[in-house]
Order: sequence, then C-alpha cells, then structure tokens
Amino acid sequence: MVESLHIGVLALQGAFREHRLMLEKCGAKVTEIRRPLGDSPWAGLESFDGLVLPGGESTTMGRLLVEEKLLEPLRACGLAGMPVYGSCAGLILLCREVEGPDGDSLDQPRLGLLDARVRRNAFGRQVDSFETRLDVGGVAGDVEAVFIRAPLIVSCGPEVEVLSRVEGPLGLSPVAVRQNGILATSFHPELTSDKRFHEFFLHICRSWRSAGGRCA
Amino acid sequence: MEKGTIRLKTGLAEMLKGGVIMDVTTPEQAVIAERAGACAVMALERVPADIRKAGGVARMADPAVVKSIMKAVSIPVMAKVRIGHMAEARILEQLGVDYIDESEVLTPADDRYHLNKHDFKVPFVCGARNLGEALRRIAEGAAMIRTKGEPGTGNVIEAVRHIRVVMGELRHLLSLPEEEVAGYAKELGAPLELLHVVREKGGLPVVNFAAGGISTPADAALMMQLGCDGIFVGSGIFKSSDPERFARAIVKATTNYNDAAVLAEVSEGLGEAMPGLEISTIAPEQRMQERGW
Repeated sequence: MVESLHIGVLALQGAFREHRLMLEKCGAKVTEIRRPLGDSPWAGLESFDGLVLPGGESTTMGRLLVEEKLLEPLRACGLAGMPVYGSCAGLILLCREVEGPDGDSLDQPRLGLLDARVRRNAFGRQVDSFETRLDVGGVAGDVEAVFIRAPLIVSCGPEVEVLSRVEGPLGLSPVAVRQNGILATSFHPELTSDKRFHEFFLHICRSWRSAGGRCA
Repeated sequence: MEKGTIRLKTGLAEMLKGGVIMDVTTPEQAVIAERAGACAVMALERVPADIRKAGGVARMADPAVVKSIMKAVSIPVMAKVRIGHMAEARILEQLGVDYIDESEVLTPADDRYHLNKHDFKVPFVCGARNLGEALRRIAEGAAMIRTKGEPGTGNVIEAVRHIRVVMGELRHLLSLPEEEVAGYAKELGAPLELLHVVREKGGLPVVNFAAGGISTPADAALMMQLGCDGIFVGSGIFKSSDPERFARAIVKATTNYNDAAVLAEVSEGLGEAMPGLEISTIAPEQRMQERGW
C-alpha cells in the first residue's frame, strides 16, 4: 500500500473546495491553507507533497497572501522544487508578469514562479466565458475545459512547455503550461467530473517525492 | 465552443466563494472595495439604506454609473434589476455586467412573475428566505442564491432567520425516505426534479451567499458559520465611519470565520458601524424581504 500524497490547497478565497474534492477522489490527503502553519521559512508548508492555487479573484487572493504572510513561503516552496498547480486565478498568481485586458502591466502580488506573462480577463467579461474540449499534451485527450473570465498566456520563456492552446484574441495562445514542477491552466478542470488533470498533477508530486525532493 | 451554459453561470459564483461582494455607488468606492479585497462589486445608484430613506420607486441604476464602475475595476461587476423587469435585464446584459441581481431591494416591476433567467447569457443571483423560494428561483435559471435578510437595516436577524430556515429544510429533505419526497415538493411549492438534484448532491446545486443586514466582521463570520458560501455587504461598508478599514476587516473575517483570534483582532477599534434599524419599527408593507414569492 502506497502512502497517500498530502496536498495543501490555498483556501483564502475561491473554488478551493472543488480542488479538495477532486484531489480526495484521486486518493490524496488534503489540508486547506489559510495562514502560516509553522515558523520555518516555508511557514510549515514544507511538509506537503504539492500545493494547489485555486480559481477565484486574483486581486483578493493576492491581498490576503500578503496580509497572511503566505506569499514568500509559497514562493520558497516553489523555488525549492515543490510541485504547484494553479487554475485560472491560480495561474495569474504563478506568473512572472501580469497585464490587464488592454495589455497594460499590473503590479499585483504574485509568486512569479512561472516564466510567463499573463493577460487577465483576456477573452472579455462573463458573457464571453465559454466551454470547449481540448487535447492537453502529455495529460489527456478531449478534456472538458471551462473558461470563466479566463486569463491567457501572452508570452513565455524557453523553459515553459506548452501543453495546450486555444484560439483567442491574440491568435493561438497557451492555456495549459508546465515548467518543471509548476503546472498551470487558464481553465477549470475542478468544475468538471474529469479527474485526469488532477491525476497528472499528483503524478508530478509523486515523482518529486520519490526523487527525495524536499524544501531545504 | 459554447457560451452562456449553466455550468459557466454557476461556475463564476463558485469562484466568488469565501469572498465579499460590496455595494458601491461610484468608481472611487469601487476602487476602494477592490483594494480592500472584495471579490466583486455591486454597482448601484444608492445603497439600500438610502433607498429605504428616499422611498418612492427604486429602479435599475443609470447605465452611465454602471459603465463607469466597470471601467474602474478588474473584478466582476454586478448590478440590480427590478423583479420581473425583462427590459432592464436586457440593458444590463447589453452593458456586459458579469452578474445580475434580480433584487427585492428595488421596487418590483411584476407582482406575479420573476424573470425567465434561462433566456439570458448573463448569470443571475436571486434572494430566498426558504428552500422553496430558493428552488423556485433556481428552476427559473438563477445560478446563485442569497438570503434576503432585511436590506439597509444593519440588522442581521432576518438574514440569520433565512439561512437557518434554508439549512434546516435542506437537512429535512436529505433525511426523507424516497416516498415522501413528492409530498415535500408540493409543500415547498418547488419542482420535484430539483428536490432529487439536491438529494443527489447533498445540498443546493448553486452557491448560497448571505445578504441583507450584514454590517460588521462578526456578522460576516456568523453567516459563514451558519453555512453561507460568501457575503454581500450592502450599506455596511460605505455607511460606516471608516469604509476602507471596515471593508478589509470584513474580507479577513470572511476567510477566517472559524478563527476567533483573527475575528477579535480585526474587530478591534474599527469605529462606528452603520446606524442600525430594529425590524419591528419597519411596517410589514415596508419590508423588502416580502417582495417576490
């Protein structure tokens, strides 16, 4: 019997419950994170095998990350190699640069672990939200993808692997990417009944753990 | 590619969970709300406390007000229409607001029928005092539910009553043997299919926020403890003595609703909350929660 993976889900605001339920269905143990869990530079988060940043409002979460003193510890975990998955607002929090729908740079709190520039609300407002089906390279074919006021990756560095693209206002643009242990999607697998994306993330977490990965 | 599906409509509400939606009347207030950590704003011409004071007929806000607020912030913007007012709803949909509140805070346009909300691409939130009312609104296409409370009073008792009734009736429905479900649907005045959906899911199929009378961080925490998914604050922010501080405190209390140490910390030295109103001093025909069915 393999010991189950222990995943920390950021629970400051947004759809953290959906990620928790999905991860639990995949056999992981989940703890919700609202504040530091310890005094280490990783605020006690170093005991997890991976972290999830849910969808929600990136400005709200960013503000609370700073206020709860979680921003630096989360960044430190990511820099140490701990796998982190972000969907929608979680993707925005992961990116190095953020811009508004008009392309102007926004200075909002973020982890900057993903070498990419992201445009918030890139497809427009809620009436422009959409559902489609996507092939996600290395993960699964024909994935249900739910885009809600979704962000879009405008540009990314050479280390970023693009897993899937969608035709957007800026042409064919990345909507699922991976940079080593960092995984991010513009869409919300947690709102569907398709577990494959979360299983893929847990696979990354398991590899990290079995390779002896830890924060130090 | 599909747009305007029920999953996209309920999905946006899922993203708002654990957050605070604040009433604002100007772009400046909207920026303060966003900076304080609001997960969305409700664009209005007047907050409920002022609507109550002004009397007369309260209508949808001027599109110029709504547009200026949409321009000022990056978070979702909601706006209110009168119950049953299809034309106002089409106008707001045209403006591109992210959510419409078919709200009893405004004077109803139709005393018999709520909107057919399935017919719109934009999602709707509606108020409910009990499970039957919530399920009727969901049957009409509402993608999000909130308590009605008693708006503009700064008095949380009605919102507490409404969430207690909804949660109590949900527990009852989940405990019923199969043969009693149809009878309960009749009693609630709600579609039987939706009662089956609730039983399968173990709860409402959409998120349920608190609204109507929440004015302090402790009020917000109370409503979360009672089972709400998030908080609407109407007059409570910009009728308080220090709106930005109140806004930040209510956001933090909503995230940490079960942590008394945090609640104590954010409640300290906040200054005056909005002036409150005792419900019994409001004549029954003046109570906004009685609007709709």
